[in-house]
Amino acid sequence: MFYREAGIFKTSYASDQALFRIPLDRLFVIGVVAAAYLVVPFVGDQYWLGSILLPSLILSIAALGLNILTGYCGQVSLGTGAFMAAGAFMAYKFASNITWLPIPVVIVLGGLCAAAIGVAFGLPSLRIKGFYLAVTTLAAQFFLLWLFQKIPWFVNYSIAGVPTAPPREIFGILVTGAEASPAARYLFVLTFAVVLALVAANLVRGRIGRTWMAIRDMDIAAELIGIKPLNTKLSAFAVSSFYCGVAGALWSFCYINTVEASAFDIFRSFMVLFMVIVGGLGSILGSFLGAFFIFLLPIGLNNAVTTFGLPIATETITYIEFMVFGALIVFFLIVEPHGLARLWQIVKEKLRLWPFPY
Amino acid sequence: MSELWFFFEVLLSGMFAGTMYSLVALGFVLIFKASGVFNFAQGTMVLFAALCFVGFLEMGLPMVVAALIAIAIMVAWAFTVERLVLRHLVNQEPIILFMATIGVSFFLEGFGEFIWGGDVHPLNVGIPDDAWFVGPDGAMMIQQFDLSAAVIAGLLVTVLALFFHYTRIGRALRAVADDHQAALSVGIPLNQIWVIVWSVAGFVALVAGIIWGSRLGVQFSLSIVALKALPVLILGGFTSVPGAIVGGLIIGAGEKLAEIYIGPFFGGAIEEWFAYVLAMFFLLFRPQGLFGERIIERV
Amino acid sequence: MSIRSLTLALAGAAIGLAGLAGAASAADQIYIPNLVYKTGPYGPSGTPVAHGVADYLAMINMRDGGVNGVPILYEECETGYKTDRGVECYDRVKNQNGGAVVINPWSTGITYALIEKATADKIPILSLGYGRTSAADGRVFPYVFNFPSTYWNQATAIFKYIADQEGGFDKLKGKNFGFVYLDHPYGKEPIPTLDILAEKYGFTYDKYPVPPASMTEQKSIWLQIRRSKPAYVIMWGWGAMNATAITEASNVKYPMDHFIGNWWAAAEPDVVPVGEAAKGYKGATFNGVGTDFAVYKDINALYDAGKGTWSKDQIGGVLYSRGLVTGAYMVEAIKVAQAKFGNRAITGEEMQYGLENLDLDAAKIAKLGLTGLMPPVKVTCDNHEGQNPAILIQQWNGKAWEIKSDWIAADTALVRPLIEQDAAQYAKENNITPRSCS
Repeated sequence: MFYREAGIFKTSYASDQALFRIPLDRLFVIGVVAAAYLVVPFVGDQYWLGSILLPSLILSIAALGLNILTGYCGQVSLGTGAFMAAGAFMAYKFASNITWLPIPVVIVLGGLCAAAIGVAFGLPSLRIKGFYLAVTTLAAQFFLLWLFQKIPWFVNYSIAGVPTAPPREIFGILVTGAEASPAARYLFVLTFAVVLALVAANLVRGRIGRTWMAIRDMDIAAELIGIKPLNTKLSAFAVSSFYCGVAGALWSFCYINTVEASAFDIFRSFMVLFMVIVGGLGSILGSFLGAFFIFLLPIGLNNAVTTFGLPIATETITYIEFMVFGALIVFFLIVEPHGLARLWQIVKEKLRLWPFPY
Repeated sequence: MSELWFFFEVLLSGMFAGTMYSLVALGFVLIFKASGVFNFAQGTMVLFAALCFVGFLEMGLPMVVAALIAIAIMVAWAFTVERLVLRHLVNQEPIILFMATIGVSFFLEGFGEFIWGGDVHPLNVGIPDDAWFVGPDGAMMIQQFDLSAAVIAGLLVTVLALFFHYTRIGRALRAVADDHQAALSVGIPLNQIWVIVWSVAGFVALVAGIIWGSRLGVQFSLSIVALKALPVLILGGFTSVPGAIVGGLIIGAGEKLAEIYIGPFFGGAIEEWFAYVLAMFFLLFRPQGLFGERIIERV
Repeated sequence: MSIRSLTLALAGAAIGLAGLAGAASAADQIYIPNLVYKTGPYGPSGTPVAHGVADYLAMINMRDGGVNGVPILYEECETGYKTDRGVECYDRVKNQNGGAVVINPWSTGITYALIEKATADKIPILSLGYGRTSAADGRVFPYVFNFPSTYWNQATAIFKYIADQEGGFDKLKGKNFGFVYLDHPYGKEPIPTLDILAEKYGFTYDKYPVPPASMTEQKSIWLQIRRSKPAYVIMWGWGAMNATAITEASNVKYPMDHFIGNWWAAAEPDVVPVGEAAKGYKGATFNGVGTDFAVYKDINALYDAGKGTWSKDQIGGVLYSRGLVTGAYMVEAIKVAQAKFGNRAITGEEMQYGLENLDLDAAKIAKLGLTGLMPPVKVTCDNHEGQNPAILIQQWNGKAWEIKSDWIAADTALVRPLIEQDAAQYAKENNITPRSCS
């Protein structure tokens, strides 16, 4: 009734190959993005914009990156945090040493550096597979964080070793640093998220995305039909690390304001992997849903208890938070192993008939 | 001359440390072998088992009773996990199962601290804690604690090996490890096997937890020892019990030697990643680990 | 999964997030949030501190009905020592209940992340003996306070103590020391100071970094220490790293009374798990320890009234005392602010005045019943770590910590230029014009 796929006729190749082939889908996505730009910054208060939506969006970008690698190319990585750190530290180097660089360029450069590092650590994937590869990516995780902490060059020889993200502006409005308004930072990050999501959506349905999926589904068969594993796997590592690097740079510049290695430790890697799995492997929408779900669940649980003023000790809240978080993860995996994105599909299928299901 | 003694001291104590890693890695291997699940919750199980044990000790129970109750709890835990989690995830992809165990790990972490609190619990089970000095002027030191831990680990592995080899259950376990389908068709109940193997892993976790706990006190950071077991796993192979032992020895000795002899050139603290990089280079030559089963792929 | 259960799940999530903005306006109370960490790997150390702060503030509320009649509203937000959760907590609490008056981040990482935010929001940060050392320069960091001492001054005072033990600074010449530290910004903090000290007094020292992910595995470090036999080992450790280090030190038979931890590496959770072997281990501190102080009359009354936040047999440790001291500093600063702005709920900006003009001399401390528990402090506009920073050396006797020294003054003449230099670099990088304090 509300969601109709029938009766839509395509008369050109272009419309048949469009990103959103169904007008309703297109309208919906445009509507959500428009609302995110035009409505949310005015209705959300500082806490919602700065501490809820902003970090969720940044983590969505990281989840998008990992989803490209794990969901589309089938290479499990536990090194997401390290690639995020690479983006953050390199962006800091660019921002602090070449001060005239516009901030979006700085962030993209950080992402590119992360991509180069990602390719280097993706090399073992040509020989090592599955969980062996996953644990191998931990080498990247630990080695890179060690490197960034150990070499003072990365932090401009600052004595304290935790440099502050420098304040930068676009069109005269501060978008990074502590004094930037949450709304400005939110819009800045949102733009990155929207553009990167569009790029990802187009990448995965194009030639390169199809080779990734071929490798994921069966690498030997893919090789037999002429797909080069070297190019394919490394390109997936590069694109994925680029996304993670951008996310890491944004995390440092727009959210926590410091460039600190421990913000990108192994638990961050696990968290992003969670987002991808719970959101849905191989789904752009799933990356966003998963990121919001995993990031907001603990905070929501924590807030719920505080808001209702339940007389529970702080530590107990956290224990319960852990238990509920763990249990919900397992619950979701059991009920819907294909993630939140699959749930969304089901919703759409139901909407097709609703309210007259028979 | 004393340099040489020092080298052997480092080597030996590295290998002792390695047996401790092996002990944790063993729990992973057992479960992976029997169910193909990469059980990330093993580290948390170490913490949880040790917390239960020390909790009952502090209630005034004798050590044996406390240990028995802790084992019983781990068996109950294995049963719960099988019933509530694994059973519903049969035939899912390995990564889904892996994520599920991370979820389980979060739950257990919260649950353990919820019941026993987040304090440090000192633990002393009477493992000798002195050192022997051998060589000229005591040039080489051997920790009795490390030696005891290594002996305990060795005993545990022997017992497990015997158990796998000579008991009915052990044979069933090996059958399941070889081929789930074939094992099912000759009437081996898969679910029971999983409960058993998780219980055994729980027992291994308890032993590991007691040993680590008597060094540091039982506290939250016990759960991060799992991270030290991962390179051991990939080096030795996910499916091999001897692999876990040999891998542990290599990683333990390798990282200590590297830290002392290579570390200073890089500003130290290379231990954190050295084990992973070492394991990675091994894997480049043997992608299935030292003792892992050869992966044969067909289209 | 059916639509119904989906809706339920989403509703559940929505309820959790609802009402975040619903901050009750309460103008007649002073809102002090506390970013604690009672869980996770560092939980054993974070818990006593949090209880100390909570107990002191509860005691003030019970005994005096608040500060000059204005009750304190105390609330905890759990960070788990994670920076991003700390930032989230800060954003959550800063505007609640009429606005936070002061923030205690209790983590160096969170402190760094909050410095600019809090300055922009005009909420003072009180990082008692941790956080950014150069924040002691109040001209560049008007809203950050780190009295009664900083890591750099602590390092000089520890060497002063060692020199006293050895019979003078000239005896340090040619000696070798070991420095065991967490490989983390916190642990690396004193290295520049140590370099200068080494040069000034002609000693050498070896650095032994402990990686955070394997802080429970320090064999290689202690084998090296066994080989090089440093005259003293100084430790900048945290969490489970401390207990491990003390165990390993006793394993390699390193003399315990030559092993000195900094003030975050010398508390009960660090030595109790080690047991007998930890006896003789020393540590720096800036607060007294034990329950033999006049203030405990009121704290005990609090527990007898059933309003204590912990259990009575656990109070009195090093970190708990540090929590009490933190509470006392905050309350006294509020009093200073109230003296100027009137006896009402104050704002963060007014609290900044209170902290900056805090002058607690021995007489005032005696009146609070805290003599021996806290050092006198005089904060000024340009010096946020207080005049005359000093430390005590305490030693673990197997049962309790005992104070073993008088107040040992830090070498501020050596440290202050370093602080000003680092603060100036920070000001330059962030386009801050230092305010004038004259």
